[in-house]
This record gives sequence, structure tokens and C-alpha cells, in this order.
Amino acid sequence: MTKLTIDDLKRMRDEAKRTVLLREGTARAKITVFMGTCGITAGAREIMDEVLRLIEKHGVDDVIATSSACAGLCSREPMLAVEYRFSPPVKYVDLDRDKVKKIFESHILKGHPVPEYALGVGSETMG
Amino acid sequence: MKAQRTHILVCTGTGCVSAGAFDIMEAFQKEIKKHGLEDEIDVVPTGCNGFCENGPLALFEPDGIFYQRLKVQDIPFLVEEHCLKGRPVPILMYVPHREKLPIPAMKNIDFFKYQKLVALRNRGRINPEKIEDYIAFDGYIGLAKALTEMTPDEIIEEVSKSGLRGRGGAGFPTGRKWQICQEQPRTPKYIICNADEGDPGAFMDRSVLEADPHAVIEGMTIGARAIGAEKGFVYVRTEYPLAVERMKKAIKAAEDMGLLGEDILGTGFNFKLSVVRGAGAFVCGEESALIRSVEGKVGRPRQRPPFPAQKGLWGKPTNINNVETWVNVPQIIRKGSEWFASLGTENSKGTKIFSLVGKIVNTGLVEVPMGIKIRDVVFGIGGGILGDRKFKAIQTGGPSGGCLPEELLDLPIDFQSLQSVGSMMGSGGLIVMDEKTCMVDVARYFTNFLAEESCGKCFTCRKGLERMLEILTNICEGRGKEGDVELLTELGLMVKETSMCGLGQTAANPTLSTIRYFRNEYDAHIRDKTCPAGFCKGIITYSILEEKCVGCGACKRVCPAKAVLGDKKEPHKINGEACIKCGACVEACKFDAINVG
Repeated sequence: MTKLTIDDLKRMRDEAKRTVLLREGTARAKITVFMGTCGITAGAREIMDEVLRLIEKHGVDDVIATSSACAGLCSREPMLAVEYRFSPPVKYVDLDRDKVKKIFESHILKGHPVPEYALGVGSETMG
Repeated sequence: MKAQRTHILVCTGTGCVSAGAFDIMEAFQKEIKKHGLEDEIDVVPTGCNGFCENGPLALFEPDGIFYQRLKVQDIPFLVEEHCLKGRPVPILMYVPHREKLPIPAMKNIDFFKYQKLVALRNRGRINPEKIEDYIAFDGYIGLAKALTEMTPDEIIEEVSKSGLRGRGGAGFPTGRKWQICQEQPRTPKYIICNADEGDPGAFMDRSVLEADPHAVIEGMTIGARAIGAEKGFVYVRTEYPLAVERMKKAIKAAEDMGLLGEDILGTGFNFKLSVVRGAGAFVCGEESALIRSVEGKVGRPRQRPPFPAQKGLWGKPTNINNVETWVNVPQIIRKGSEWFASLGTENSKGTKIFSLVGKIVNTGLVEVPMGIKIRDVVFGIGGGILGDRKFKAIQTGGPSGGCLPEELLDLPIDFQSLQSVGSMMGSGGLIVMDEKTCMVDVARYFTNFLAEESCGKCFTCRKGLERMLEILTNICEGRGKEGDVELLTELGLMVKETSMCGLGQTAANPTLSTIRYFRNEYDAHIRDKTCPAGFCKGIITYSILEEKCVGCGACKRVCPAKAVLGDKKEPHKINGEACIKCGACVEACKFDAINVG
């Protein structure tokens, strides 16, 4: 094992940001892939794989990817939601790998939502 | 690093391990692999999460969902539902006492909500056997700063300004202790971590060692730099095998990375650490006895002054601090003394870890800011008394501490206030007692423990505790005499004032504090030969209340000693001579007709 210098130490810490992020739960943005039975049948597993692959490819370490169950709009699966801290989530529907790539590059990397793929903004409220 | 979407943090502190946590971990790993999710989901063993009553525990991040009381048979369903289908599982979540709805998120659970984690900041979130995890959360950055941006004097000044006081029990200002040791001209100097933790019911130090051993290493290395030591020892009681193992692994991992040993972080500073195991003596938690034990001699305290800081291990200047004191140091250096001093009270800065045990709903390990009221710990975090019984007393400070009654529930917890009422902070044990606890028996229990653990050197401690134990046992068994309480008080004060070490000096606290606050119980035992709590088998009697008994015969049927007499539909009676006081009748009676007193 190599002995660390102080710069090595700091670099190790910065590279481990993703671990910290996952365990502390405070991210710049959160991507939720809906993986209820309807979602999985429509191909949500691939969508999740694509999201994780893109996170790794672009070296993004302040965004969390997580899954949730059926969102209710089964006919438009696969779906995902992009939620920035303190902003309402944007739901994207009828996805495939290409669309996910475009959404990631635009909404996650540049901060611009992609209206053509979106269903709407916001969450359902109760009552 | 491969992107992942979930980390399952499984608590593997000793408490959960003894409830099967390693099996739970294996089950998680097996299920995750079965569903092909091992690239996306990591199963991480962590140190003690604190909620020991409800183990085995698992936390799913980043969702923050908390699962408790897990069994191996639950895991396949849990993984399938939560990981594959994204549906958290309510039946495995925590439901507060007397409520119906589960609370999914850990941060909303009362037990966790009111705590402030400083010393325990890494609990439940890092794998203690993976140094990379410790580094990810700013590990060893404090050490880097201390070695390259500060002089030893500046380090000591920062620790002094923070107001950190020893967490082992005496509460001596840490900065001042370091100063005294640093100023000594003799070399070599030594650093020791006291992880003996002899108090019955205390497991704060054990949890820190099992959850975050690197924090101890980092703290000790910073201390070594400040004082000018090149060798250190971690003295762990041998009854903590998991803590010993994790500490040894951590030391090796740190050495491999150049964070311990020769030329640390390339700065030329050397500090070596080794683990020494205790051999089961409570008195070895006392610093001078501990030093003797490290030297290979019998653990017996010696006269002070000179203090270990002046003349300790092998006659050289030695700085000993408790585990909890050490783990606060890296953060004080990294975040600054002002941050630390902003927590706590005027005379007690920072936080304190307590092991909350006894007749409390939420048994476990908690860390709270100094100054929090006892009531908030017992009822807010602790969830109140088990079985909805009534609070009677709380013992703080382990066998060296005193028992405090209900009237003192609003007392803020800090060094000064606890001492002013006849108790002390000690190392952080909080034992909660209810109406069925006999306070005289409590005094007897702790006096028995201390009498056995006394090293025997001082006549008053050795003989005084023995005699106090005799008197207390007599009282509990119905042989107490008028004048016993006064004699106990006199003996207690004598032991307190003429013992050489902390064990003897505080040994009388349980007895003296129970006499002070629960005198009526002593009187009842001595004068009326009854035990108000219904505990002391020697003098309690079971009897049937005629007005409540309907003659159903349930008690007669369950009595193993055939001590219940009576005909159907007639009030029954208990034959006192035959009764073995097992309590089976009390449990069988549906009319609350059995009186114990």
C-alpha cells in the first residue's frame, strides 16, 4: 500500500463524494426511476442502468439516483422524475435510452428541463 | 467508482451482532446477488446505531428509511419489495410505543431526532473496517491540519479554548492536562487511551471503538504531536473482543497508508500505537492502576501527586484520556474551538454520550448536548418507562454515581449540576428505575460490586465497603436495626474521605444518595420490615385482599407451593410460611386482588 501525502488524502476524500452523498442524502438533484411492476415490464431496468451509466460516464458526484414504485400512470411507463433541491419534480414519460441520454445532458448537466419529453411539473397533492 | 443507487447500512455493533446482525448481512448480500443488483446496491456493515432495544437494524440510504427488529426470514421479502419494486415495507418499520402508524424515516423518529452527534458522528454510516469510508467523511484532515498548519502550542491552545473536559468521569479540562504533560522536561513521553469502561451497564466506549476506531487513532496522534510523544497505547478491556479486533485492524490500515507509524503523511512526525488488553478488573479503569497494568504489574492505584502527566508510565510523563475525549479532538482541530464551545453549557462544553438502560422503553446509546434536561432524555428520547410504570429514580455515573429522584427531573445534565445534587457525570451511564425498584437493593447491588472490585490497599475502602455491604444486606433481608442508617452514613463519609483513589472516594455515593432521597424506604425496611417496591424477597409478604377476591381459584391453580387456601366463590388466603414469593399468583389474578408488600 502506498503511503499517503496530504494531497493524496484530500483527493481520496473528494473522490469518495458519491459515498458521502448516498449516505447523507443531500444532493444537488435526485433522479427517481419508477420501478413498479408496470415500469419494469415496460423496461425501467434498462432506464435505471442507463442513468447509472451516465452518472459514471460524466463523473457526476452530486446527483442521487433512486427508485420508487408505481407512480400511477402505468400507460406512459417507463417514467422518471428529476427533482432539484427546493424545486418541484419534473416527470418524464414514454422513455427509451436515447431520451434518457438527452434528458441527462440537458436537465442534469445543464439545468434545463426538456419540455418535449415531460408530462408535467409538480407532484400530486392529497385533498 | 461505479455509480450506485442505494446503500444498505446494517448495524454491526456488539448488541446487534449478538442478535444476529452478521446473519442479516449475509442474507442481504445473498438476496441482492440473487436479483443481480450487486453493482447498484452496496451492503455496508457499520458500528452501533444506538437504538439497541430494537436491533438488528438496517438503514436504507439515500431514502433514509429505517428498519428494525429484523429476522433473517424477513430479508428476501424486504429486498424484493424495497430494492426491486421500490416499495418500502411498513411492517418492518419502527412504531412508537402506544401508537399505530410506523415512522419510515430515521430522522423523524424521536429517539434519533433529539440527539446531537459529535463524537458518534460516524455511527451507522461508515464501515469501521474500511479506512476509505473514514477518509470520505473528512477523516484525518484534522491531523493533516495539526501537523502542517499548527505548532504544538497552538494545538493545545485550540483544545483549551474549546472547553473540552475529560469524558472518563472526572471531567478535568483536557487542554490543561495536555499542557502540564507537554511542559515536562523528561522523555520519552507516552499517550494512553483509557478504554477499560468498567461501569456495569456502560457501553459508550465500546460503541465508539466498534463504530469509529480511526477517530480514536486520529485524536491520539494529534495529542501525541501536541505533547511530544512517540508511543501510545490503547488499553481495552478484554471483555470487548470486537472492539479489540476493529482497533487492531484500524491501526494496521492506518499504518499501511502512512497515517500512523513512521513519517506520518510525509511530515517526519513519528507515532506508534499498540493495543493492550485488560484482564477484567474494574480498578484498572483508574489511571494509576491502568498504568501499572500496562507495565505488567498488578493493577493497584498509587498516591497522587505526582500525576501521570508528570510521572506516569515507567516513570515518564504520560497523558491518559478516555475514548470519548479522544474522538472529539479531530473535530475540534478541523472545525475550530468556537464551534465546539457553541454547544453545551457554560461549564460543560460539547456533547456527551450516554448509555440509557434500565426500565426504559428505548434502551440504547444516545449523544446529547450538555445541558439537556434529564426529563427530555428519559421521556423524549427514551420514550418513557417500560410497561407504563411510574418513574422513580435515575442513576447517573455508574457505581460511582448517585440516584436522583423525580423532583430532579428538570435538572440540566452537566458536570456541575450533577455534582451539586450528590451524583456525578461519570463516564455516562444512565440507569432508569421504576416504582418496582427497591432503592435499598440498588445501594446494596453497587456496594457489592465495589466491595468486590476494591483493590484492597486502603483499609477504609476494603473494610468499610465490606461492612456497609453487611448492613445493607441485613436491611434487605429484614434484619435492619434502628441506627443502621446513621452508621451507614458515618461509614460512607469515612470511606469517601480517606480512600486514595477514585473507586473508594466515590464508592459511598449510591448509598449516601439513596439515603438522602429515599430515606423512607430504608425506614420501611428497618421499622416496618416491609419493602415498599415489593422487591426484597426476604421481607415481602404476599396476601389476598378480601374485598377484591371473587374466589375464582386461578391463583390456587398456578401456585407451585400449594400455599393458597380457600373454597370456590369464597375469598382465598395465602399461607405465608409455605409461600415462596414466586409471583405466579399475581400474574394469574384478573381482579388485582393480590397484595405484595
